[in-house]
Parts: sequence; C-alpha cells; structure tokens
Amino acid sequence: MSETPMIQTRQLTKTYRAGDIDVHALRGVNLEVNKGEFIAVVGASGSGKSTLFSVLGGLTPATSGSVHINGKDLSHMTNAERTSLRRDTVGFVFQKYNLLPTLSAADNIKLVKYIGGRGTELDESFQEVLALLGIADRLKHKPRALSGGQQQRVAIARSIVNHPAILLADEPTGNLDSQNSKAVLTLLRDLNERLGQTILMITHDEEAASYSHRRVHMRDGQLT
Amino acid sequence: MILTLVGVSNGTLHESARRARGTGADILVRPPGSSILSSLSSSPMSDKLPGIFSKEPHVVLATGTIIQPLELFDSITGLDMDQFAKMSGGFHFLAGGLPVQDTDMIVDEPYAREKHLHVGDTVTLISHPWRVAGIYEPGKLARICVKLTALQNFTGNPHRLSQVYLRLDDPNTAQSVVDSLRAKYPGYPIFTMEYFTSMLSVSSLGLLRNFTYVVIGIAMIVGFIVVFMAMYTAVLERTREIGILKAVGSSSVLILSMLMRETLALAVLGTILGILMTYLTQWTMLHFAPGGLYQETVYGWWPVTAAIAIVGSLIGAIVPGIKAVRQDATEALSYE
Repeated sequence: MSETPMIQTRQLTKTYRAGDIDVHALRGVNLEVNKGEFIAVVGASGSGKSTLFSVLGGLTPATSGSVHINGKDLSHMTNAERTSLRRDTVGFVFQKYNLLPTLSAADNIKLVKYIGGRGTELDESFQEVLALLGIADRLKHKPRALSGGQQQRVAIARSIVNHPAILLADEPTGNLDSQNSKAVLTLLRDLNERLGQTILMITHDEEAASYSHRRVHMRDGQLT
Repeated sequence: MILTLVGVSNGTLHESARRARGTGADILVRPPGSSILSSLSSSPMSDKLPGIFSKEPHVVLATGTIIQPLELFDSITGLDMDQFAKMSGGFHFLAGGLPVQDTDMIVDEPYAREKHLHVGDTVTLISHPWRVAGIYEPGKLARICVKLTALQNFTGNPHRLSQVYLRLDDPNTAQSVVDSLRAKYPGYPIFTMEYFTSMLSVSSLGLLRNFTYVVIGIAMIVGFIVVFMAMYTAVLERTREIGILKAVGSSSVLILSMLMRETLALAVLGTILGILMTYLTQWTMLHFAPGGLYQETVYGWWPVTAAIAIVGSLIGAIVPGIKAVRQDATEALSYE
C-alpha cells in the first residue's frame, strides 16, 4: 500500500479580485508531494506560484478543488482551523525573512515554539540544528544586527522549531547574494537529507531549483 | 491635565480658606446685595459699622477691611493694623515690620518670593508707589496689606469698607449671634467663618464644579481620540508583524490579548507619568508663581484618572485590535 502524499491538490483554483477584475491565479493545479521529498516549483513572476504557496500554507483559502496537507483537507477549514494548521503542520520561510524586528533571533524562534504550545526552551537536539545552520553564536542579536544570510537561517530555524510536517519556502534566496544563496540552499538540502524534512520551495531560479529532488514548472496558474 | 486642574482648584480655594481662618474672626459681614463668594470690587459699607457691631452682645472685637482687586488673582487689602493684630494675634514678620507711612505695604513671603521683593523695595500698585515695610508668614487674610485709611483714600473710598470681621467672646455661640444679627440688620449677608471657609471648596462652587466637569469631559474625549489614533497607527505600523504572527499560527485571541496588554501597560505608564507631572507643575508653581495659584496633590483623584486612562485606552484599542485580527495574513505580509 502506497504512503499518503504529504501534499495533494486536485483541480485547485484560486481567483481573487483586483479592483474590478477577477484574477485567476490558480487554474486547476494537480500536485502530489511525498513525505521526505524536496520539491521546487519553478515559474516566472505572475505564474501563480506564490498564490500556490499561500493556499498550501493555509494563509488564504482556495476557491475550488481540494488541498490535503498531511492528510488534512483544507478545503472546508475555517479561519481558526487554518491557523491551527499553520501552527502545527506547516513551517514558512519567506523571501523577506519576516522576523519580528524587536525580538532577538532566539526570541523569534522561541515565540513560535511558545505559540505552538511547546514552551520556550530550545532542547539539545535543536541546538544541533542551530549549529548546523551556523547561527548558534548569533542568537542574542536582533535581526537588524544580522546579515541577510543570517536572518534567513534564523527564519529557517524558526520554521522547523515545532517540527512541522512540511516546510514551505517562498523564494528563500531572493534577497541574498550568490554565496549566501548557496549556503541557504545547501542548508535546506541538508535539513531534507538529515532530518527527512519535506520541503516545497517556490523559486524562479533554475539554479536554486537544482538543489531539490524534483522540480515542477508553473505557468499561467497551471503546472506544466 | 485633570489632576492639575483639580489640584489647582482645590489648592487655591483651600489656601484662601486657610487665610480666611487666619483672621481669628468668628463672623463675617458682607455688603448688602453681595453673595457669600462674590468678589469685592467696591466698598459700599460705612466704616462706622465696626463700632456699631462691637456693641452687640458677645462681640468683643470688630474690624473692617477694604479690598482693591489688582490684575489676575491679586488684590490689595486695607486693614486697621492694630485691630487686626488684636483679632488675629498679629503678623509674624520674617523681615521688617508693620507699615508706618501711608505708602508702606506689607506682603506675605510667597508673594515676596514670586515678585523678588525685599524690605525697602518700591512697588507701584493702583498707580501709587508703595514701599515694602515688612514680609510676613503667609496665612493672614491677604497677600498684600496696607493701612486701611491709606487704601480708602487712594481708591477714592474714604470711610468705606468692603467687609467687617467680628470676634466673639465664645466662638461656640457664633451661629446664634449670626441669627440675631441677621434679624437686626436685614439685607446684610452675615455668616460664621466656619460656614464661609466650608464654602471655599470645589463642590460648593457650582460654576467651578461645572467648569471642572467640562474640562474633565474634554480631557476624556481628547484622551480617547489620542489613544484611539495612537493605537490605530500602532496597529497599522505593525501590520507586517501581525501578519507574521498570524502566519506562524497565532490565534486571534492571542494577538488581541497582546494588543490589550500593551495598551494596558501604556495606560498605566501614562497614568504614572501624569501623576509625576502634577508634582512637576506643583513644583513649578511653588517656585515660579508662589503668590498666585496653589496646587494640592489630590490623591482621591488618582484612581479616577487612572480609570479614565485605562478604560479610554482599552476602548480606543478595541477597534484597531479587531481590525488587526481580522486581517488576511497574506495581505498583512505584503504590507510595506
């Protein structure tokens, strides 16, 4: 018997309104991602990949079709249920890092752990993850005192502190130079290989996508 | 603002009451047609009245004063220095002594400090130069005193008085003496000093009480709008942060409670700061305008103003708070 896919979408659509115009951002997306897989969704700007990221992460509801994340159906979830999904099942890495500027790196991580109902102490195994990410000695600093690469590593640490079933990364190297981009992508691959973390990465960069196990392309709201 | 206003209202009136009690009189006689607390800018009573009143039963001493208002809150009071000394126990001079010449004046210490006056200095009041003959401890009827006849003549009111003070052989009989005097001298507002000083309070002065309530109301409305706008702006400025919190799974209740706690902390800090600022205004008045208004610390109003600040700010934070938790996480994250 085959294992249930970690991510499964069927005829997924998303239409939103921009002024007086209906924008069909997703037009029947069918996608399956297995547990432990590192997949890249590649597409040009406006292809709908970021909308797919938002729908898969429960940040916004789908218009029609079905979405299953770790066996849970998002289609009929309420706002509160999607909040719960984001807290327990999904980790996010954003292009702009999205760290809280008034908190230290450690507190950014601990806050998410606290929201997840897991206390605020970072256990020994997670200390190893921090060492792997190369930020163990930068945790007391606030985001403004960190480089872009360091901020993104803190964001990655934050995204996996609650051991989510999937890690969604939206253009994680979009704001980084080539050296930091390589470092972050290598880290994502290490997390996938060492911890078995399922990762779906959105990118427009084929070179970044080459770090994944599999890549799918997106154009005009559809996978090609 | 509320604490300062109430403090100044109470303090200034209580200071006036303290000075009135400092006369040592038991009964006050005001001119016909005047109310108990109206200001006296005229001198309609004859200076023969103290002599007449002194013949009444139980009255052991009677003395009249004339009051000439000056600018703002100041006034100059003409006294029969000898009679007043007998009634009040006399001035306690810190420098100099009683007026000798008609153009001599004595002032209390806060007034001298505010105006930087010393014995021998000359001050022009009501278009006449006055020499400072003495500086006395405060609490004796007035801040600026001169000889009765001198002020009567300088103001064109010879043999006229503004009010008359009576001292009795037994202060406990004051009310019964007042009753008999009122019957004998109809038209003259006559009060015991105890009643007069009790009227010198904010709650007794209808106009001042209404004014205070109006200012408190305005302060509440302004405070509410300021807090509302501050919180609304704070939420707008933190839209992205709220988006991040929503993205990582913060519930609406958690975000709202964070906003409310932050608002509560700001309101409490604001209240403490406001209370501290009343001490600053108190110190400023005491050091830079000691002869004018006097501000009391009104402890009873602390919880009232704290409640106004806390309730106002919490209500002001509810609308932007609800807006924040209803916000779409994707929109919030794209906010610049």
